[in-house]
This record gives sequence, structure tokens and C-alpha cells, in this order.
Amino acid sequence: MSSQVRILTFKIDDRDVSAREGETILEVARENGIYIPTLCHLEGLSSTGACRLCIVEIAGRPKLFPACVTRAEEGIQVITQSERLTKYRRVILELIFSERNHVCSVCVSNGHCELQNLAQKLGMSHIHMRYRFPSLNVDASHDRFIMDHNRCILCTRCIRVCDEIEGAHTWDLMGRGVDARIISDLDQPWGESETCTGCGKCVHVCPTGALVEKGKSASEMAKRQQFLPYLTLMREEKE
Amino acid sequence: MNPEEIQTIAANQRKAKEQVPHHICVCTAAACLSVHSDEVKDALSDEVRKRGLEKECKVKGVGCMGLCSKGPLVSIETDGALYQNVTAKDAPEIVEQLGQKPVKRLKCSTKIPFFQNQKKIVLENSGVIDPDRVEDAIAAGGYDALIQALTAMSPPEVIEEIFASGLRGRGGAGYPTGLKWSTVSKAVGMHKYVICNADEGDPGAFMDRSVLESDPHRVLEGMIIAAYAIGAEHGYVYVRAEYPLAIKRLRTAIRQAERLGLLGKNILGTPFSFHIEVRLGAGAFVCGEETALIASIEGRRGSPRPRPPYPAESGVWGRPTLINNVETFANIAPIIRRGAEWFSSIGSEKSKGTKVFALAGCINNTGLIEVPMGIPLREIIFDIGDGIPNGRSFKAVQTGGPSGGCIPEQHLDTPVDYESLSKLGSIMGSGGMIVMDDTSDMVEVARYFMEFCLSESCGKCAPCRIGTDQMHRLLDRIVKGKASIHDLELLEELCDVVRSTSLCGLGQTAPNPVLSTLRYFRGEYESKLVDVAEAVKKA
Amino acid sequence: MSKLRLATTWLDGCSGCHMSLLDMDERLIVLAEKVDLLYGPLVDFKKIPKDLDIVLIEGAVSSEDDLKKVRKLRKRSKILVALGDCAVTANVPAMRNSFGVDSVLDRAYKENAALNPGVPDEIIPALLPHARPVREIVPVDVFVPGCPPPADVIFYTLCELVEGRIPDLSEQTRFGK
Repeated sequence: MSSQVRILTFKIDDRDVSAREGETILEVARENGIYIPTLCHLEGLSSTGACRLCIVEIAGRPKLFPACVTRAEEGIQVITQSERLTKYRRVILELIFSERNHVCSVCVSNGHCELQNLAQKLGMSHIHMRYRFPSLNVDASHDRFIMDHNRCILCTRCIRVCDEIEGAHTWDLMGRGVDARIISDLDQPWGESETCTGCGKCVHVCPTGALVEKGKSASEMAKRQQFLPYLTLMREEKE
Repeated sequence: MNPEEIQTIAANQRKAKEQVPHHICVCTAAACLSVHSDEVKDALSDEVRKRGLEKECKVKGVGCMGLCSKGPLVSIETDGALYQNVTAKDAPEIVEQLGQKPVKRLKCSTKIPFFQNQKKIVLENSGVIDPDRVEDAIAAGGYDALIQALTAMSPPEVIEEIFASGLRGRGGAGYPTGLKWSTVSKAVGMHKYVICNADEGDPGAFMDRSVLESDPHRVLEGMIIAAYAIGAEHGYVYVRAEYPLAIKRLRTAIRQAERLGLLGKNILGTPFSFHIEVRLGAGAFVCGEETALIASIEGRRGSPRPRPPYPAESGVWGRPTLINNVETFANIAPIIRRGAEWFSSIGSEKSKGTKVFALAGCINNTGLIEVPMGIPLREIIFDIGDGIPNGRSFKAVQTGGPSGGCIPEQHLDTPVDYESLSKLGSIMGSGGMIVMDDTSDMVEVARYFMEFCLSESCGKCAPCRIGTDQMHRLLDRIVKGKASIHDLELLEELCDVVRSTSLCGLGQTAPNPVLSTLRYFRGEYESKLVDVAEAVKKA
Repeated sequence: MSKLRLATTWLDGCSGCHMSLLDMDERLIVLAEKVDLLYGPLVDFKKIPKDLDIVLIEGAVSSEDDLKKVRKLRKRSKILVALGDCAVTANVPAMRNSFGVDSVLDRAYKENAALNPGVPDEIIPALLPHARPVREIVPVDVFVPGCPPPADVIFYTLCELVEGRIPDLSEQTRFGK
């Protein structure tokens, strides 16, 4: 790598900020303590720009940009809060709540759930569309973990951590649209997976109560995601 | 082979043809095959053999002649007669009348606007040459442009020519082709790729299929010229597996081109090499989106990723990649052969050349047409298409498939070009044109397209995945008389959110059919609404 | 100033929200100076009064009876509050929704019944196909998420409403609280 990295300056919400070339708007915003909501993004994993909650405006451009994958550019003016963005983020969040069966009160992740917290943070006290109430399975075939599809929001963090960090690629996606769902191996029960190492990384990166440890009661499943930046750091140093 | 040898093939082929007084051309593209044109062709061949006329008369399979609704179509090349709705039983009569008065009972006039008002560039050889024979293509001028480009033009000159022609992407978005080529040519990187997007998936669209079935060499030639211009060594044609005949003919064409040294190593004896592989889509509409298509070629799940980086910078296998659609590539050879000036003299100010459309729905002349850009919709529908059947009246025309919109009667005088159609809330799209008569229920039309988007959404981004499903549910409620004004308001709100926040073009355009039908036929929505209390009861 | 007229009701829910209401303890006395509780499970009054100012609804709308009640209360009250997750999202009662009414009744009254298996068809109001949030039936003015919403939140909500303000609860409560 060349040691010469260009430094860019631009604005986020009227604040002057600087970035190394290649940094995303989200990274720069976080360095500067500017809040942009995220859900599928997790530091230490690749970004997919899928949940669309981190959308921001760039002055003079009609389109919206997902901050997690949009690179900083010299001189741009990023807007992270506007009436339009607030409304869009809220409706997207409502859509996510409407998709499957999220029953916070009985969920093991109640109180530790990123989806639940985001609803509060974005002031979402209710949804104004109909719930879909799909019929979904719970896979409890694994010795130590449970996959509850009712609570899955398809952020694909589990797929990414398993592939990129653990290197097992047990998880993947099948089906499309609203029928898409997370599968282990070739849609076999998790407990019968031959590739799963049982490391539990997927459980701890899962933002909701979709992937949880067995034996936990309501509100007891707190996730520990600290391992991820630690692992990434250790690996980088070794390189 | 070198250019002279190719020209010899062309000369020999033309000479051989001149020695046979009669050529009977039978359409063997998918539409006519579906009504057994293969049997017609066999019967005609048998008849010729029975009469011992093999030396005087050749029966050959050709590509699409356009008027699909009247198939099977048979044309007599010598006297220009065109026969419609031909069956195997008609063979003796047709052969009998060769060189005499055509069979009146089967005759289809070629003087009708359907034929007269078209302008053929992309389809110039469709229905004329045998798509399975490279010699036929070469005799009709195929690969002339390649020879010209490789022997007389530098890559920048080729790009400049395409740029100057004003050609814009025929896949739907209308991005200037020359600009795209020049971007990829400037991208840094050793290995570059050329991809032909033949994943045509809009309901009612069959332009690309017809081109591949009728004149596959034209598409290959366009790709090879593109590869030469941008410096690519490898290419893919990504074609949907639902097009078996197109795939077969394409594969045959690739083999033939390789055999003649028009494709592969050291093309035409020059240092330039280019290889083409065919990749089959597994039935996902979203794989027509370029980043999803690339993922699919690489063997991954066909779902789009955010751009930038654009494929021009980082495409297949992370290399700079040029993606154009079938029809775009099919325009390249004529531009090189006849010059940018000629091409840009056709069409309207910002949309040059012609556009191929697939006419379908409530229209007399269902089929494939090619018209100059800027032609009014009315002329396409009422002259070329011959209007609405069964004495019904016109209601709307849907362009651009599930990403497009419905255009009503009052806008029929709009010229067909990229900008005008967008202004009406529709898009040019890839060329599907579905005509609807006054019996069509526009809310149902919107529901149908939403159902399509819902089942074709890849599921990656939340607004498209869930939004299309919620919008479909709302449309379904409206159609079934279970919705109130609140549902309609929610529908409009979701249209806005899904359009503005979805990751790729599928979601960003999925609300278009709803928005355009709401714009022109709002009354139809409102007449289906019930009051709030009743809507609650019917939930 | 005359006291505001308050009603509460308990639809498909566990009564936890009403328990939480009672958990306001001594603050109930403060409230009693400002509002009259005229109807609800905590009051022995069988008919829904007219001209209500505020109604608190606990529970999802699950049966024909719930449907009637919620409509009537909406008509008779100026402000309607969806109190707790069941009223706001349909919550736990909605967990039956993906199974269908028949299979739910069969499981409850036949498969698991030790004595006299059979679905009750008299007196008990018929179930709707889905348990639904209140806002799908009638317009809701204030949403108070929480399972249950804490007593503090209920107190705050009522105090604000008494003062003629619509409370902002985003900082204080959330789904599943």
C-alpha cells in the first residue's frame, strides 16, 4: 500500500469534517459523533446497503445514498436529518416490523434488541400499515442455539460473519422477496449442519432475537459483539 | 481467416443463391414455431423434392418476419409474396404457384402500414437470412463492420463513431453507449470484459429473443467490435434459460464464428483476440439488473449491490466491464458500416436511430416491429398495429414493463423517445408495448405488475422486499372492494418510499405502474373504495 | 374546572396494563382530583357512558364483542388511547393469527381438554379471524407502547392529556418495555 492517502474535506450536517479517501460517510459520521441509524451494518463485517435506514441526502443530488457504502467525496454536503429522511426511515422501519412476527414482550432479546431500540430512537410508537402475520418456523435442532425465523429481519449479518470471519459459510439465503429466508447449509436443520463449527458468532451479531442461545427466558439474551472489532484488529496486526 | 477469405465466402454465397431461381423462406422463430412452422417447412421441402425441383427451389428457415399474429409466415424471396397462417396442407399449392400468381387465399399484403411504416436497422436481416448459417449472414453484410473496424479503425476511432452516432442503451435507461464504451476503455486494468445482457424479462417483451433467434451473428459482431474498442479479451452473453431456441442459435453462431476466425484467438489474422461464453440465467428477473447479472455470472446469488462502483470500474470478477443489451449490440455493426452521420440522421433530436418494440395485448397486429425514434405512439398503435380488435376502443398502452407506466389516449401523439416517455410517467424500457382496450381494469393492471415485482424482488433491501408485498396487498384490497381512502393514501405513501429508498432499479421503478395508473385513471381507483367502517368489516 | 370523564376497557390482553395503572399507587389520588373514572374493569358500572373525554384501551381487538366495544368507545370519547402493546401492535394475542381460528380453538378446547372437549359456541363472543391492533379498527389519538407501560408513563400520559396536550412518549417507553 502506498503511504500517501488523500485527505478529503466535506460537510456533514453543516459541520466540516475530514476523511481519508475511501472512508464511507457512515464511518466519518461516527468518528464525529454524528448519529445515522443503521441495522444491517456492523463494524467488522462487509457492508451490503440492504436495510436502507442509513440513507442520507447529498445536497444537489436528487437520489438518496446509503451512508454505510457511500464513500466520502471532496466538497459534498451530506444531510443526515431532514423531514424526508425521517419519514422514509420510519416507514422502512415500520415495514420491517410488519414483515414477520415481532412480539417484543415475550422475546428473549427484549431490552437488548437493536430493532426494538431503533423503534424507540426513531420515535416509532406504532405502525400504520397492516401486519403480515406469516407462518414461520423455529429451528431448535442445534444443541446450543435457536433460529427463530419469526424474528429475523434478513440483515444477513449471520451469513457475513460466518463467511467472512469464521470461514464456515454455514448460513445463506434462499427464496426471494418476502419469501427469502436464512438457511443453514442446503436448507438442512441447523443441528444437522456439517459445516457449522458451533462458534456462536452468528448468534452474537444477530441484531434481534432471531438467533439466540438456548435456555434463555424473556429479556435474558444479551448479545456480546465486542469480539468482532477485537478479532478484526488481531488479524490485521498479524498481517 | 483473413478479411479476403471472408469476402470470398460472401461472394460465393451470393453466387450460389443467384443460381437458384426460387427461395421459399419459412419463419422458424419462436412465435411461428409455436404454431408449427417447422411442419410447414418440412412439408414444403418434401413437396419440392417430390416434384424434383431441388435445383430450382430452396426452402430455408429464417428468423422473425414481425407479424407474429399471422404466423406461420412464409415468404417467397423472388417475387416478394408473403403468405400468412400457412399450414402443412398448403405446401403443394405454394410450390405449384412458384413463379406464377401467388396463392390468393394465403396472401398477406406487404403494402400495409405494418410493413411500410417500419424502418429496419436491427432487424434488417431478420426474416431474410437463415440464422443457423453464418454464410448467409456474411452474404448479407455480416462481419463487414468488424473487418472495417479491425483493419481501418483504431479503438478510439470506433468509440468516437459510436459516440457520434448518438446511440443510447436499448435496455431501457438510455445511457449514451459511446460514453459507456469510453469510460470502460479508460478504466485501468488488464482484463476487461464485455457482457451482453440478454436476460429479457419484462412481461410481453420478446425483442431480444427475436434478434437472437433471427440474426445472432449481428449481436456477436457488435460484441466483438465493442471488445476491440475497449480492449477486452473475454465476453459473456447472459441469456435467460427460458429462451432455448435463442440459446441454441447463439451457441451455433459462436461455434461458426470461431471456426471462421471471427471470434477467438487472433481474429481475422490480427493480434486482437476475444472469446465469448454463454451463461444461462435461472429465471430471476432481477438478474437483468447489471450488478445482479454480474453476481449471477460469477456463480453467486443474483442480487444487486449498491453502485458505485459501477461495472465500468469494477464489474465481473472485479474487472472493468462493459454491459450492453442485445439490441444495443445489434446496432453497432450498421453504425460502423454506414457511419455515425447516417445513424444520427434517423430518429429524434435526443434519441437517435430506431427502436424495436414487441406489440402485444389488445391490438390487431401482434408482433415485432422496428420504428424510427420519435414516431408518435398513435402511428405505432393505429397504423402499424392496425388498431384495437373486436370493435373495442383504445384505453392505454403500457411501455417499459413492470418498471414502466400506462399511457392514455390523450397522450398518444407523444413521440416515442426516452425523454417524452419519462415525462408521461412511463419509460422507454426495453421495448415491450402492451395495448389495452376499454375492457381493461387499470387497478387490476397495476396489481398484476405489482405481483410481478413482488415475486421478482430478490429480497435484499427492506423497502422493495416488504414494500412491494404491502403495496400488492393494498391493491388487492382495492380490487376486491375492501379498501378505504386510508388504504389508497397508504399506497401512495409506500409508492414514494419504495421508489426513493430501494437499492436497485427493480424497487425504484416498481411503483411506476401504480403511479401512472393513478395519474391517468384515479377515478377507477376511487370508484372501488368503500367507506372506512365497511373496509374494517371486510378485513 | 369540571373533572374529565375517563373510561378504560380490557379487550384481548392479560390485564397487565390495568395492573400497571393501579401501580400508580398514591398518584391515583392526585388523578382522582382531575378525572372521574366512569367505566372499565375497575369500576362496577355496566353501561358505556356518553360524552367521555378520555378512554384507555388495553388489549387487541380479537372478538365480535371487542369490535363493538371499541367502536362504541370511539364514538363516545374525545381522546382514545391505545394502552400497551396489545392495543398498539396486537402483540401476544396476535400470535394466533398465523394459525387460523379453528386450529387455535381446537388446540385449546379439544386437544388439551381433559373434560367435555368441545368449542364453546354460546355466550362467549366469536373470535375474529385475526387479533388486530386498535388502530386498524378506529382512529387512535395516543399510542402508549409497553408490555405493560410503566405506571410512570401512564401517569405522565394522563397528566398531559388532562392538560390538553398530546404526550410525547418516545423517550419513556417502547415495545415490550
